[in-house]
Amino acid sequence: MTVLSVRNLNIDIPTGDGHVHAARDVSFDVAAEELFGIAGESGSGKSVLSQAIMGLLPGAYISGEILFEGRNLLALSPREMQRLRGNRIAMISQDPLSSLHPFYTIGAQITEAIRTHRKISQDAALQEAIEVLGRVGIHDPDKRVHDYPHQFSGGMRQRVMIAMAIVLRPALLIADEPTTALDVTVQAQIINLLNEMRRELGTAVIMVTHDLELLSSIADHAMVMYAGNRMEFGPGEAVLSAPAHPYTLGLLRSSPNHETRGALPSIPGQPPSLLIEQTSCAFAPRCSAAMEICRRERPPLREFIDGTQSLCWLDGKAADTAAALPAAPAEPEAIIQKDDIVVSVSDVRLTYGSRSIFGKSPGVEVLKGVSLELPRGTTLGIVGESGCGKSTLARIIAGLLPPTSGDVSIEGQSIIDLDRASWVEMRKRVQMVFQDPFGSLNPRRRVGSIIGDPFRIQNVAHGTERKNKVRELMEIVGLNPEHFNRFPSEFSGGQRQRIGIARALALNPSIIIFDEPVSALDVSIQAQILNLISKLQRELGLSYLFISHDLAVVRHVSSEIIVMKAGQVVERGATETLYHHPQHPYTRELLAAADPNYRKSGGGFADPRSEGATP
Amino acid sequence: MSTEIKQRGSLELTLRRLLADRAGLISLTFIILLIAVAIGADGIAALTGHSPVAQFLDTGLTPTGLPVAPSGTFLFGTDQLGRDVLVRLAYGARISLAIGVVASLLAAAIGVTVGLVAGYFGGWIDVALGRLMDLVMSIPVLLCMLSLVAVFGPSVALSLTVIVFFSWTTMGRVIRGQVLSLKEREFVLASRSMGAGHLSIMVTDILPNLGAPIIIYATMMVPTSIIFEATLSFLGLGIIPPAPSWGGMLAEAANNSIYMFAWWLVLFPGLALLFTTLSFNILGDALRDALDPASMRNKVRKKPKKSPRAAS
Repeated sequence: MTVLSVRNLNIDIPTGDGHVHAARDVSFDVAAEELFGIAGESGSGKSVLSQAIMGLLPGAYISGEILFEGRNLLALSPREMQRLRGNRIAMISQDPLSSLHPFYTIGAQITEAIRTHRKISQDAALQEAIEVLGRVGIHDPDKRVHDYPHQFSGGMRQRVMIAMAIVLRPALLIADEPTTALDVTVQAQIINLLNEMRRELGTAVIMVTHDLELLSSIADHAMVMYAGNRMEFGPGEAVLSAPAHPYTLGLLRSSPNHETRGALPSIPGQPPSLLIEQTSCAFAPRCSAAMEICRRERPPLREFIDGTQSLCWLDGKAADTAAALPAAPAEPEAIIQKDDIVVSVSDVRLTYGSRSIFGKSPGVEVLKGVSLELPRGTTLGIVGESGCGKSTLARIIAGLLPPTSGDVSIEGQSIIDLDRASWVEMRKRVQMVFQDPFGSLNPRRRVGSIIGDPFRIQNVAHGTERKNKVRELMEIVGLNPEHFNRFPSEFSGGQRQRIGIARALALNPSIIIFDEPVSALDVSIQAQILNLISKLQRELGLSYLFISHDLAVVRHVSSEIIVMKAGQVVERGATETLYHHPQHPYTRELLAAADPNYRKSGGGFADPRSEGATP
Repeated sequence: MSTEIKQRGSLELTLRRLLADRAGLISLTFIILLIAVAIGADGIAALTGHSPVAQFLDTGLTPTGLPVAPSGTFLFGTDQLGRDVLVRLAYGARISLAIGVVASLLAAAIGVTVGLVAGYFGGWIDVALGRLMDLVMSIPVLLCMLSLVAVFGPSVALSLTVIVFFSWTTMGRVIRGQVLSLKEREFVLASRSMGAGHLSIMVTDILPNLGAPIIIYATMMVPTSIIFEATLSFLGLGIIPPAPSWGGMLAEAANNSIYMFAWWLVLFPGLALLFTTLSFNILGDALRDALDPASMRNKVRKKPKKSPRAAS
């Protein structure tokens, strides 16, 4: 039975710059009990689509039809829509912390949701809340129901959100990036829970995510969006194994999840601006299989035997014409001197809050004795989940935070207790690239002066010389030097990260610390940046410390990996050894959770011994 | 895809949003008019042939010695001494605007400096400056002014000093709060990691990001300062007569309850004061909406639904 049927949906959102064409002629059907996936990069229109279904786009111009249980949602009055929302259509958002009210107990919030739509007593509602909390896997629900959101962990909060969404047994549940804000090991559990719930309650689930692999491994049907277009649609398994559209194929290939070393086959360029009315294939400028006709006319809808549909001029499936995609060029291995240690960290500890004006309080130990060594010209990956202390460690090595005890030396010189002048001098050797390409660039300064900042601060290269150097740097990282005078807001996420890298390169450092450099980027852009990072290492002989929560990314770039948990190094080793023969249970857990095939199998963690035995 | 969308600069976007706000536009026009009147006060005096301090005993007063109602000669009437209210209003605008703008600029400068230092360094510096702001806010303004005038005698400089001294704290608090969140941003950390000093971070990294709140709050501070000056003049603590000021004119109207007869003595200075402060307040609001579009999202939605514009 079809629960939701979207027909030829067009969404235009007015902004200060003009109309954003967020969806173009999108159609799909969702059946009861189905898990329907919408995948796409940021700006592909996937979230706007889910908001349109919920009726949460009051300012937008929407044409087409959204039929829910036979009624056109676009024609409903706001009041009728309100009656449907939460009751028949529920939504789970990305960030469970900001979508739960911090002031009320979760019980109060769930009962409020129930009593808004159903006339039952407070006690009966509370009873239902307890029951549903138990169902989503909250232990002692009759006690926990009186707790406040901050008393739950991130994963538990997302469970509470799910409980709140399913308590009224909606016909449709929209989950907008339900696991993005969670740690890898928790992600798997939440996906499982969603999967279970839809079977148990017969709820159709629309899952919106940027993670195509995750999606197609669990979804019955998956839809790939790009620049507001429905590029590909089909059974999840088919989309993953034999993508029909070149874009889908490119996305899958640029993900570092596979056993590829070396350059990732990235998709060149950036997504188009949605302000432009599309007259041809939106993907054509980035498509390696683009033909003349792709740039002239909108592509037709092709249907394949396995149920996949693709919006493309290609006759066959893109997966079959894989040769059309450029093969990753073989690259020479960098020469590594194993005995030339550039960074050495010995037994670094950091304790917060031990110095209180009220005498000695116990304090929080963030780092519990971390030691590491980084040979010149290599990359050391540091993996761990949020709160394991990896970013703190990066800041200590960068000299931005003094450790409580222990020693850090860069090229043989200790960086602890330096005077101001030598500390400033040390900045030339260690540079950092930050996670958030939006936060790490000053929004009020021009790109030219941002990249020129290291020169200004260190007082080297003035006037025209500085300008020329900045242009040179922009070229090295693949930015157009013409864009010298633009503000960071005029660049996309990937370009901003390039600016950040250019800034880090300015003073010819020997070490660059990357703190989650690609976690805020889309997969296709992520591959470009990862390629740039490894190209720079080969050409300039740089040594990298690469910090990430994503094991696949770290594995791709690093020659050696350190796994951190709760301020300690639990395992270290050469990348492939660690990957194929993990010793510590935590490493196995991380590996298992990061593997899409594992996630598909659902259930508990795969048996680590069998994994270790068959390399 | 050959048609390239030109991304509009932030200044252009801000201006577009500002010009789309009708109330803001009206108040901006009023303020520009007022400035024109203040600058051209000499011209108005020359045009009417009335000096702001000249008493017109023959034409400006009735035979019984009462002020003359608005007429062709005296557009806004005359006051109890037979002076032209219109010309005095124009000259009063000079004082009001000058004190309002200068005081808020000075107060903004002090507030920004103190807020920046307190927010950036934190710790005991923050505590000390925070307590200083509390202290200033807790001083009874009029009492303080009375005693100062008693000691030094009334003057423009004294009024200005007092207004500045009592109004920088709001700005200081706002800026401190903004700096607290700004200094945690990664671009500040990035600058630090390149070896930038405190002053360099404060001036080149943090200050440019405070543009919007500084402009908004400085604009909002102008009417407060104008009212402050008017209050002081009304109490005879500000501008020394016979120099015209709006507060002083209201005070003269209140003397001997002459306003019971001559309504224009209260109405025109009162309206001038009202419209000026209102305009600056509305302009401040409009500026906030234009500079910080996130704060006015709800307003956009209210617009009636039109058919989508033909796409370019």
